[in-house]
Amino acid sequence: MFPPVSAVDIEVQDITKSFGSTAVFKDVSFRLARGEAVALVGANGTGKSTLLRCVMGLLPVTGGQVILLGKNATAAKSKALRDLRARIGLVSQKHNLVPRLSVLSNVCHGLLGRSPSIRHWGHPVAPKTSREAAMHALEKVGLADFATRRADRLSGGQSQRVAIARAIVGKPEILIADEPCASLDPSAGEDIMDLFFELARGEGVTVVFTSHNIEHALRYGDRVLGLAGGSMRLDATAASLSASDLRGLYD
Amino acid sequence: MTSVSLPTRFERPNAVAFLGYALGLTLVFWCLGGAGFSIEKMVSAPPRFADFVDRAFPPNTDPKTLARLGWKMVETLQIAVAGAVIGVILSVPIALIAARGLVAGLWVNQITRNILGFVRAVPDIAWALVFVVAVGLGPFAGMLAIAVDTIGFCGRFFADDMEATDKGPAESLTATGARKLDVVACATIPAAMPAFVSTSLYALEKAVRSSTILGLVGAGGIGIELKVGFDLFDYPTAMSVILMIAVVVIAIEQLSGWTRTKIIGEQR
Repeated sequence: MFPPVSAVDIEVQDITKSFGSTAVFKDVSFRLARGEAVALVGANGTGKSTLLRCVMGLLPVTGGQVILLGKNATAAKSKALRDLRARIGLVSQKHNLVPRLSVLSNVCHGLLGRSPSIRHWGHPVAPKTSREAAMHALEKVGLADFATRRADRLSGGQSQRVAIARAIVGKPEILIADEPCASLDPSAGEDIMDLFFELARGEGVTVVFTSHNIEHALRYGDRVLGLAGGSMRLDATAASLSASDLRGLYD
Repeated sequence: MTSVSLPTRFERPNAVAFLGYALGLTLVFWCLGGAGFSIEKMVSAPPRFADFVDRAFPPNTDPKTLARLGWKMVETLQIAVAGAVIGVILSVPIALIAARGLVAGLWVNQITRNILGFVRAVPDIAWALVFVVAVGLGPFAGMLAIAVDTIGFCGRFFADDMEATDKGPAESLTATGARKLDVVACATIPAAMPAFVSTSLYALEKAVRSSTILGLVGAGGIGIELKVGFDLFDYPTAMSVILMIAVVVIAIEQLSGWTRTKIIGEQR
């Protein structure tokens, strides 16, 4: 009835998250097959970002468990959890590049999980293979010429491209994107989404992304998950949904 | 319009407030008494001060004395710079332990912060006295005193600076599977760097001011010349020392301010 375990990359089982006595969401479950792209939608404050953080183990869950790449991430100790995170790339709304450091250094940081070493603290000390991998990632996002530029001297779109390069440099099996284009203008946002999915599809990576843009959710997601009122209200293939089905989630 | 009544200009204090004011005033008078405040001495001071100024001016400009004082000033700056640099470097690892939510647990943060508070509470001149006992008279004791004083200052403020950085980049690096120490080195410290530079420059200014008086307790530097000048009633030389200290301290503050804007620029 279920696909074989190896083909499920993310399995979220009845997770609950509360801050103090305030529950953000309760008993949320879903599973993602390898290579699938899933859009997570919902109004502001429904806990989309919190859910993604819980999936990556950046926040502890109050109940339930998360199985990542066949391993129990909720029960994983720090080293095991770091190893799991190293196989996942994260792109967030605020880009979160380290300012004052070069673009290339920022991309090299993406390798800190795969090979934790002082040599990935910045490109001046990074091994040749790492710098080549980082340059290759920058080339994929079209910013190879900006390698030595300071990260805080980039435009919003460029900055998000660098964040994508940092996320893909470690060859992740899962990519998580939290409102990747929310801080960009519509045209730059489209470019980022196109680039992100071109890279993800090209590598056969499993993707979860959140978006406020209903059109994006339907266009880029194979499936759409809808979070509302603290529970999962919607789990359907994008093809079977229309924009009006999704608008209901925002009421 | 007529229904609008103007509020009174002052409100009559209630009984508790009145008692508070009275207590405060009593406290101030009690302190003045304890400090030996005397109108008589205030009245007799200006003529005596004028007498001192009269005897101290013109300052000693004998080239030989100035050369000696100059070299003492250089030693003072050496103490200040060496002490401040060592203090700043040692402050970084200590601040890492003192900063909440970085590498150490809450208890460790609190204990470290308490120790730093103690280090700050002990005045620099007291540290100098301690180090004179420990390593003997001379500039080395002064340098150690400055270094410890700088750790008390920078350790605490570096920790605050790191706590105040944007958590976004640190979270993104944690998400790559990086270790805590790597995250701190790659995200937190670079983000706190402008604040570190600014704090360190203040520490240097503070060190220069402190180092000028450490000589009073035999911990090296120009302070000894000040003490000897007053002890021997050689007021012109003492005046030269005071002016020299003023010039150097002001110059260091200007230089530090200029460096701060050069390095950090407008984006603090």
